[in-house]
Amino acid sequence: MFDWLYQPWPWYVAGPVIGLFVPLLFIAGNKQFGISSSLRHACASFAPKSIPLFNYDWKREGLWNLLFVSGVFIGGFLGGWVFANPEPIALSAATVQDLAALGIQDFEGFLPDDIFAWGNLLTWQGLLIMLGGGFLVGFGARYAGGCTSGHAITGLSDLQAASLMAVIGFFVGGLIVTHLAYPFIL
Amino acid sequence: MAHAKYVVFGILFGFVLTKAEVISWFRIQEMFRFQAFHMYGVIGAAIVVGMISVQIIKRFNVKDIHGDPITITPKDPKQVYRYLIGGTLFGFGWALTGACPGPLFALLGSGLTIMLVPIAGALAGTYVYGLLQHKLPH
Repeated sequence: MFDWLYQPWPWYVAGPVIGLFVPLLFIAGNKQFGISSSLRHACASFAPKSIPLFNYDWKREGLWNLLFVSGVFIGGFLGGWVFANPEPIALSAATVQDLAALGIQDFEGFLPDDIFAWGNLLTWQGLLIMLGGGFLVGFGARYAGGCTSGHAITGLSDLQAASLMAVIGFFVGGLIVTHLAYPFIL
Repeated sequence: MAHAKYVVFGILFGFVLTKAEVISWFRIQEMFRFQAFHMYGVIGAAIVVGMISVQIIKRFNVKDIHGDPITITPKDPKQVYRYLIGGTLFGFGWALTGACPGPLFALLGSGLTIMLVPIAGALAGTYVYGLLQHKLPH
């Protein structure tokens, strides 16, 4: 009866539920759904006011967003630890084959341990993927004015041309790394 | 504490992200290799539901629970560079870490302490953008 808490959810269940966060946050308090703003609010909590991007009342504008993100952390704990799916992710055979050809051996869990491990942090690949990748997520999201949630979901839901440009950028960047850079990095 | 409800919403959101497996580096690779429909289905269905909701909110001037009008701040579509360059840089990071900002926090919650590294990187990236903002093309 509680199997659904442990099992992965199909796209036609998870996708609509994710989309409902757009009206939920609007109706619950006129909040615009977007996650990367939390990084800005976190920086604004300690950055000097001389940096215009961080010169605003972060508690007034951002507390709700930081609380939402702390909830995402707890949700990840519940979904990925307490009710963790015991099976490996049902990836397409083609993806497993491609990644194995690049040297990935671990297909358990959400991430390959071949890359994402503390022991790899001081290799150039580990630094580039984990620290460099994280840096680009933060830098790119703020430069573009939003991330997957703010642009791809909220922005496209509102039919905004700006968000379409950003999402095209997301894909161009992802395709370049996947097809041109990963063969050299991994 | 009027904001406590946002913690609850965040928990639900983090749980859905985890169960949808969109926080998985493998699923992101599958998407950028066009080898499964899963990620496209999740994102596409989310956009369709979001779009219908936003159109209803606008058409019927739906108010929030406090009775205040709902405001949707439009992004300036004339700033082409920021969306294309910033978006591409974000895409690099998305494919490298296999995670966008929401999944970074959900993965950390699932017990993967190594995600502290990309989260620290994302905070540093946000900060450095703040320093360079007025020197970059927008």
